[in-house]
Amino acid sequence: MTNQDTATTKFKVRDQMPDDSLHSGDGAGGDEEVIPLSAAQMQVAASNLLRAELVVAVCFFLSLLGFAGFGAAYWQGASDIWLGTFLGIGAVTFGVALTAWGKYLMPRGPFEEPRKLMAVKPEQRELVIGDFASRGKVAIERRGFLFKIMGAAATVFGIVVAFPLIRSLGPVPDKQLDKTKWKKGSYLTTLEGKRVTVKSIDVGSILTVFPEDDIGGALSQTVLIRLQETGDIVTRKGRETWGPHGYVAFSKVCTHAGCPVGLYEELTQQLLCPCHQSLFDVRIGCEPVFGPAPRPLAQLPLYVDGSGNLRAQAGYDEPVGPGFWYRGGTT
Amino acid sequence: MIERLYAWIDDRLALSRGGRTILNKIFPDHWSFLLGEIALYSFVILLATGVFLTLFFVPSAHEVVYSGSYAPLRGTKVSEAYSSTIDLTFAVRGGLLMRQMHHWAANIFVGSIVVHMLRIFFTGAFRRPREVNWMVGSTLLILAIFNGFLGYSLPDDLVSGTGIRIAFSITESIPFVGTYLAFFLFGGNYPGTSIIPRFYILHVLILPLLILGLLSAHLGMLVHQKHTQFRGKGAREDNVIGSPLWPVFVAKTTGFLFLITGVTALLGALVQINPIWQYGPYKTYLVSYAVQPDWYMGWLDGALRVMPSWEIHFPGHMIPNAFFPGVLMPGVTFALIYLWPFLEEKLTGDRAEHHLLDRPRDRPLRTATGAAVFAFYFVLFGASATDVLANYLSLSLNFVLWSFRILCIVVPLVVFPVTYKICKELQATPGAGKRKRPNIVIRSEEGGYEAVPAAQYPGYVHDELEPVPIDEVDVKAALVGAEPVSDGIYRIPREYR
Repeated sequence: MTNQDTATTKFKVRDQMPDDSLHSGDGAGGDEEVIPLSAAQMQVAASNLLRAELVVAVCFFLSLLGFAGFGAAYWQGASDIWLGTFLGIGAVTFGVALTAWGKYLMPRGPFEEPRKLMAVKPEQRELVIGDFASRGKVAIERRGFLFKIMGAAATVFGIVVAFPLIRSLGPVPDKQLDKTKWKKGSYLTTLEGKRVTVKSIDVGSILTVFPEDDIGGALSQTVLIRLQETGDIVTRKGRETWGPHGYVAFSKVCTHAGCPVGLYEELTQQLLCPCHQSLFDVRIGCEPVFGPAPRPLAQLPLYVDGSGNLRAQAGYDEPVGPGFWYRGGTT
Repeated sequence: MIERLYAWIDDRLALSRGGRTILNKIFPDHWSFLLGEIALYSFVILLATGVFLTLFFVPSAHEVVYSGSYAPLRGTKVSEAYSSTIDLTFAVRGGLLMRQMHHWAANIFVGSIVVHMLRIFFTGAFRRPREVNWMVGSTLLILAIFNGFLGYSLPDDLVSGTGIRIAFSITESIPFVGTYLAFFLFGGNYPGTSIIPRFYILHVLILPLLILGLLSAHLGMLVHQKHTQFRGKGAREDNVIGSPLWPVFVAKTTGFLFLITGVTALLGALVQINPIWQYGPYKTYLVSYAVQPDWYMGWLDGALRVMPSWEIHFPGHMIPNAFFPGVLMPGVTFALIYLWPFLEEKLTGDRAEHHLLDRPRDRPLRTATGAAVFAFYFVLFGASATDVLANYLSLSLNFVLWSFRILCIVVPLVVFPVTYKICKELQATPGAGKRKRPNIVIRSEEGGYEAVPAAQYPGYVHDELEPVPIDEVDVKAALVGAEPVSDGIYRIPREYR
């Protein structure tokens, strides 16, 4: 053993065992046992004590400055950048100091602790199981009928508690997902509440429209595109009259995950959903041509009334947006 | 004074019985054991900063005209949730810092859980007797991801609102019950006005309580079962080698808490995160380019993107596209995670208790499987950036998406054999992974070459000391005066029961 001060320390690892009497703290003391550890074990890890202590001290001092700086910055109403920087510097240096203290200036070890396997001896387990079963027998088995009727009551309780709790959370879907507010004769209306006429937008541009009674509606949102100056746009067989005066309108709710299909590429006449990059070809009825979207966007049949307003011939002929279990059919 | 106070409490709660065992609890010294601590401490930071945020945040979808301190938004119709988030950011001193620290800590929280989990997986720490704790930990990961998503959704900005819309679509995609679940969760059809207050109470109360409870169970089991440890000098199945709780571990771990707090504070101060004032308020009909969730949702977002445009149709019913990547894939993922300890037990027939950890190379099949599966999710994670990558690399979106569709199949198939081979090679190479001494190459007179290891620097090699037992608390000693019932079995005296 060397004469270094750390080397002669004894690591007190055992002191008084708990007394088996109820008065564990009545100063029985006495047989305190101290195991002397080897000098190497008690030695700290730092090879240069002075330097290690200096580093720790400097770090603590920096943390003092950091925390004080935080206080000062707060006092002066400095920006969050300064607040966070000072707090960060204070906490990081404090952390480094404390960690270094623990790592370099405390007994190095390593130390050993015994461990018992978790597996319990069968006899021990049987004692518990035996107690449980024998007492249970007295309590339950001889009163089988009581146990059963209690179980029945508890089950009913569980169901009636759970059911209203869940049911109160919201209405059932019913037909709410199948229909939008668009119906025969609905005016195409802008977000500002203006009715859209055939002169409203230029060729190659788009406009988000709503029915008058649902402006801003999440399911009703519809994208109106002007593909050409005049003439009807026929996107598909059976939709000969749906696109008057070069206008077509499609549901803006993506059939994949419901994002607004808001990006229109004029050059390719395609609509792009910015969430998962599904591409819809407007010319062929917004058929998905790329990405995960499985179905075309629903098309709103349009007509132009006597005063030049764009209106819906009817509502959408299918549920708009992403699929769900009770949604029938492909289109 | 303190001693007298302790004595007073001790006489009433008998802390000293077993208290010494706690002081002597040994913590193995290995860097990889700090990963779980990062998760623990970032959770502490989340609680602290989160409480601050609740004092200012108003969880309401009620529409107001913004009139706060952020000029560009004045006069805009926004929800109270959005307005109050902007106000706590700009009008509350330190508010922006707290918000950014909270967001950074959330990202670090989930990240450290994942890396911690990988460590547990690749070293086989989940094996008997720790299967239950593996499942508790996996549940904590799910809760952390969910709570992260909920918190991210609360400010009601344009990006997070889009995320909520996708969440609704994924929920309604579940067969039979999906639409009902979605309506019950949202209090009606999308968007409604209930979702923000509901997400709020889930985010600040219910999920944190669950996390806190499971975290306590996680740590309780850890203390009860004691740490695993790597093979090393003196390490056996029936001991733990390392530093004692008091004072070494307490110093180090408290230091670590401050270190993580400090790093989070620096990130919060210097690295902008989630600038919702730039995104603008959420409107159901608006969307912005490059919509991305927080990183831990990336694998789900990527899966939604690479999924081919398939759906299943029955007469009158359907299983929508989003169900497969949005519900089925994560469901299968976590089912596999939960079952892995048992699958492995079945495959290897190894039912023994393990407290010594594996080196990943020594279990090439497990390591290769883990690496391949992780590679799959990593590719999915990358796929959540298809649009950004296409834009940045000036490639077509089509090319990037198809690349990811192919990569998520090919990469795991390549990673598996390569990892397996690396493990085998490392096993066969003596001294692989150990620090090597440089060779000195000497040319002989005949022109031959000979390599001789150079002399060691003093202190260059990490020398481990023999571990020394510091305590021998066992049942026998704790039960002074107890009579053995049979071999090694002691009946516990009444007063200890």
